[in-house]
Amino acid sequence: MIGSPDVVAFAKEDEYGQTSPDLWPLPEEFSVPLYPLADSNPWAKTSYAKFTKDFILISEFSEQVGPQPLLTIPDDPKVCGTFDLNYFSLRIMSVDYQASFVGHPPGTGYPRLSFVEDSRVVLGDSKEGAFAYVHHLTLYDLEARGFVRPFCMAYVAADEKKIMLQFQELSLRFSQASECLKAGNRRAFAKELQRKLRDLEYTHSVLQREEGLQREAGPQSMYSAHAVEKANELANVEKSIFEHRDLLKQISSYHRRPRRDPHAVTCQKCVDECLSECEELLNKYAKIAYPCGYGEKAGKGEGHPRGQGEDDDEEEEGVKRKLSYTPQLIKAKSAKCFDKRLKTLQELCDKTFYEATVELLKETERSFRGDLCYLYTRRLDKALQRKQRVTTFLFEEDLNDDDEDELGTLRPFCAVNHAVDNYVLLNPPPIVLAPEPHELDALERPEHLDPASETSITLESELGLGESHLESSPSDQTLETQESSEETKGSFSSDKSGVGLAEIQQSLVSMKSEAPDPDPDSDLTPDPNHNLERESSSEEMETTAGEDEGENGGDQTPMSLLEVVSELEANREEECEGVSGSELLVPIDTACCMVQEGFLYEASAPEAVPHLCQNSHLQPSQTLVVNQEPQALLPLQDDYTVGSPCSESPATGLELPSGLLGDAVSRTSAEDGSDCTMSASTGSDQTASPLGYGALVTLRQRKKAGQGALRFVRQYPFAIQALWCLLSGRTLVVLGADEGRVRRLVAALALFVPAPGKCGERVQAWLSCPFTLTDLQRWKLIGLQRVASPLGSSMLYSLSRYSRYISILDADHKTLRCPPYRGQLLANIADHRTYIRRGSTYFLHLQSTLCHLAAKAFLFTFTHHLHLPVSSTEGLEVVESRRRCFLQEQLGLSEEDSQILLYLSQLITQQYLQPTGSSAAAPSFSFNYTTSILYKI
Amino acid sequence: FVRWVNLFVSLLSLLCLQKSPVLCIGEEQPKNCFTELQVLKGHFDIVRFLVQIDDFRCASAGDDGLVLVWNVETGERLQELRGHSQQITAITTITCKNEVTLNTSLITASSDRSLSLWDPDTGNRVQTISDLHSSVKCLLVLERLCVWLSGGEELCVWNRDFQLQCQRPNHSDTGITALIELPKNYIAAAMDKKIMIYSLTVSADSSVSVAEIRCLSDHQDQIRALINVNDGFFASGSHMGELILWNATEWNLLAYEHILWEESQAYNQTEIRMGAPKPSEMSIQHLTTNGNLILAAVGSGLYVYSIQTRSVVAYRKVAHDSNVLHTMLLSDSELMSCSEDGSVRMWEIQDLPLPAEPASSGFFGMWSFGRSNKQSGPPSKKVIDIPNIRMLELTGDLIGHSGAVQMFVSFKEKGLVTCSADHLLILWKNGERQSRLRSLALFQKLEERGGL
Repeated sequence: MIGSPDVVAFAKEDEYGQTSPDLWPLPEEFSVPLYPLADSNPWAKTSYAKFTKDFILISEFSEQVGPQPLLTIPDDPKVCGTFDLNYFSLRIMSVDYQASFVGHPPGTGYPRLSFVEDSRVVLGDSKEGAFAYVHHLTLYDLEARGFVRPFCMAYVAADEKKIMLQFQELSLRFSQASECLKAGNRRAFAKELQRKLRDLEYTHSVLQREEGLQREAGPQSMYSAHAVEKANELANVEKSIFEHRDLLKQISSYHRRPRRDPHAVTCQKCVDECLSECEELLNKYAKIAYPCGYGEKAGKGEGHPRGQGEDDDEEEEGVKRKLSYTPQLIKAKSAKCFDKRLKTLQELCDKTFYEATVELLKETERSFRGDLCYLYTRRLDKALQRKQRVTTFLFEEDLNDDDEDELGTLRPFCAVNHAVDNYVLLNPPPIVLAPEPHELDALERPEHLDPASETSITLESELGLGESHLESSPSDQTLETQESSEETKGSFSSDKSGVGLAEIQQSLVSMKSEAPDPDPDSDLTPDPNHNLERESSSEEMETTAGEDEGENGGDQTPMSLLEVVSELEANREEECEGVSGSELLVPIDTACCMVQEGFLYEASAPEAVPHLCQNSHLQPSQTLVVNQEPQALLPLQDDYTVGSPCSESPATGLELPSGLLGDAVSRTSAEDGSDCTMSASTGSDQTASPLGYGALVTLRQRKKAGQGALRFVRQYPFAIQALWCLLSGRTLVVLGADEGRVRRLVAALALFVPAPGKCGERVQAWLSCPFTLTDLQRWKLIGLQRVASPLGSSMLYSLSRYSRYISILDADHKTLRCPPYRGQLLANIADHRTYIRRGSTYFLHLQSTLCHLAAKAFLFTFTHHLHLPVSSTEGLEVVESRRRCFLQEQLGLSEEDSQILLYLSQLITQQYLQPTGSSAAAPSFSFNYTTSILYKI
Repeated sequence: FVRWVNLFVSLLSLLCLQKSPVLCIGEEQPKNCFTELQVLKGHFDIVRFLVQIDDFRCASAGDDGLVLVWNVETGERLQELRGHSQQITAITTITCKNEVTLNTSLITASSDRSLSLWDPDTGNRVQTISDLHSSVKCLLVLERLCVWLSGGEELCVWNRDFQLQCQRPNHSDTGITALIELPKNYIAAAMDKKIMIYSLTVSADSSVSVAEIRCLSDHQDQIRALINVNDGFFASGSHMGELILWNATEWNLLAYEHILWEESQAYNQTEIRMGAPKPSEMSIQHLTTNGNLILAAVGSGLYVYSIQTRSVVAYRKVAHDSNVLHTMLLSDSELMSCSEDGSVRMWEIQDLPLPAEPASSGFFGMWSFGRSNKQSGPPSKKVIDIPNIRMLELTGDLIGHSGAVQMFVSFKEKGLVTCSADHLLILWKNGERQSRLRSLALFQKLEERGGL
């Protein structure tokens, strides 16, 4: 992670940085103050908002009841908290909406549809602490007044700046959503018109028949009141038919009119389809002014010569249609305005389109999660990554953008998934802000919209860098703190957040922001119960969010099961990281550390706990929690105490409990991503394992793996040797009998595999057959099953045969066989006495260290004289000694540390020479001949 | 699981122990420069033959009837020569001198009783002869006379255009297993226990005739290897361990060495006792020479013989865990061997350290020699009978194949190609050199691009 604080420091103070002008000066607001002011709470400004996290609100101005909220994204009552959606809907709908002229304009006989462009407004409600980007749009409804239904979509956030600075991006995203809705609406409207026309025509034919009967009855009755009424009715229907036909014409001409909205980009294929569909309809209804397609029923009127216009095709079609739809007689008097039920948004738009829109909005919401600082860091990160393509493949997650073809284009959102390459450049927006931040799982969607481009990034970053008015309060928050605080806020359920919610948040948040990497002696410890509560709810949230991802089949579990799962996770947590003894200590769930690592959980000692409960307002939640999750208080087994190294029994930390929870735990671990377990024994194979299953390895998974990695580092004294093996390119074989444990270890260690590939191709999480040399070449990290069978001995044979190429980590006996490592380079990330407590903190720490390494490797790779002679007279020995001098004296690396750099450099070189890796030649496999020794705990 | 770890540990040690009569060099191999490898896949069956085409290409052939042409520098597969329906029994290169260029082609013989000429540049099958009476077991190209010979149950002489020049059936059951060229247009062919000397005469109308001149029948057993040593000598080795050095012009026996690997019974109580060695333990599988030394692969051991002194220079009875299949002398002091045990080993002929113990480990003479110390592997004791004996020190081994390593070809500093029964070829390279080459390529690309 380039943007993580450690690296920032590196980039600023590095000795190499001086030589070149700093291309990416860090905006002031992102630099981390060494000594943050005590009272500068970065959340102070937003903490009085009554909702806990940003959300998207869709409201409509109903002609019956006025402004009303329709739905929020995420669709969770907790999100809005006590925030008054009705009131806010009123606010946003009452913004001076670009009034559209409705009705009969002078000079035209028929009502006109108004084609209204969307309008975009930012409005704030300082009393509510809410700011919103509001996107107004109009949908057509045949039954509505003036045929229009005003809607609006609003992105509601507590931070005004966030809205303002993300305006372009928001506008872009909402325009896409709006276009999608409107496209669906036009379709539905056309369909409705068609139906109405058919009804009218049927009514017309019925009326005509009646009139004919009257005419036959006698001339007297011609002028009877009844007859006059009938004639009027007939005339009305005829008029209505013409009106509707005109409307159909209008709606089909929608696409021909020039768009003023620069963001209005539509899928060309959809447009074409829609156009042709409308044209077809038009042709049909233009031909049959007085159709008698339903003549069989109505008795084909003999006096209507125009009825013959219907051709066979249409007759057939009519027959077909009849099956699905029977025309109805239309009463002359329509129902009272307030009696009729207005169509819902879902009915107004085609179902596909509606769902696609909601999906898009969900995506939008997800991508805007986190505060401005986080978003910017993320973007900065990404922009830097793009600049650093030469080395990003080593340790960074894949950017997943093919920005070559995205240069300056805007990919329209298409609900019906027309081929992605099908888009055309329609009215490119003047400024495209940076790409949507790939939050967490965005990478899983290869088809997702990414209006990114090189130029726009530059623009954006310039904007970001140049604008000093962005005075987001200086904070030492890191990515995960923000994220977790978001989650934390989101997870408060409304029933108990009434009182002092803001204070709770504030206090918690401030605690957290003060000490991201706490001193263990600090007595500022949040109530652990809080963690549990948060855990359970955020777990739910996470899972529901996971459903959107569509790829995580495991999330289809019913809610009740999920709760059980979260309980189990809580239990498991006890084993992993719980604090023994006091009942008040409820374990944190490492499994969902990513989401809710929110609060520092440091239990320096059990006796430190009681005074934590001074926080009186936390008590209710505690009892609540206990009620909800009784199992969480089960006696702990095999745990080690976080924060008290003395009581940490090194042999047990990563153990799975073998007791009563064994089965449940393995199910749990299949559910949670932190261990990335895919346990075949429990049959939860639908869980996407991050490694070796062809799925993209997402940032989320990597962060979750951070917890496992941290545990590994803390538990094994020889972790440093194992990490060195991975980083220096020596294949590490994790040998174990228990699949779950091996998979967890592999998932954790996969973080250290340089250039693991987009889908973790260089990692094999679980192998149960003997491996060959080709496997060693392909995989840098292998989880190997230890089996008690003849197969096992052949496996052991392959292990011993290729022992010179591999290091063997025995998960069952906690031994490591690898060459000795005596360097200092990795001491930083493999310190088993590290004070880092949370997986994601460790992940960031790791990322920054690895980034540092990658930077050194880059420097080393591209320094000419370290590899090649400067003059023709120079021998290889000179170059060799120069290289050694550089590595040892200038970079201060020992022999083994140099090997890391050499390996990284080799990877960079290979990547540079063959960016795609699509060479016809077989990959080469480097190794060296050194003696291994056996490390034991 | 403790049991299994113990088993694992014991297995490891067992493997080491098992090797220990041979040696266990371990993982620390400072003299081994092959620190990078590429696995070349493409064959579907045992790969038996490797021939060097030029300084960067080699061809591999095996039981799947495929001939693959590889670029040794990059590891790319350049051509795939398909045509033979059965296993390849012999392959050789033939060089045609055009006006300007040297054109190297490949001649292959297969069990499907056909012979083919291939152009390795295009992959075309230039010539082919099928429906031979028998399958060809060996090929010999005589560049000087612009002809080539095929040996099997009959000896045939062909010109470059694949026209049969003459043919000579022979009466042996086994047929010709090896052919070498001798000075003055003579040919030596190994047939079972005999070596036949043929003379090749090219008459004025460029027709070729073959005449049987002499039959050398000094070998007691089937001849397994026949090589040219230099202009004056050629050598042959038999299944029962006879190594005979012949005069190349007068075809008489110059030296006879019977390698028996005999154990001295009285030597050591812990010595593994062996009765009469099985013939396969003494079988000379392969002979190679650099003109000064002859290296014989005898069973699973190695035997270095000096032509000048007509005596053994160095030897090691158990150089591999299994039969040695191919050997090579890299220089007068460095050699390489590969074996059925799947490894390639590199050796150095070193002077013995000062004699620690005067006692001879056994009788060592013209007809037999004793085996030396078991533990230290190399014969650390100076053998009094042969004062010039030196020791064969293992300097490195290459482990990668999971089947018998059939053959290897060295491309000097560019690397080493090994082929194996596990259907793979492995390209072993010097990692430092490769890394330097990659750096060079990197900076070239950087320059072409004008920056990053």
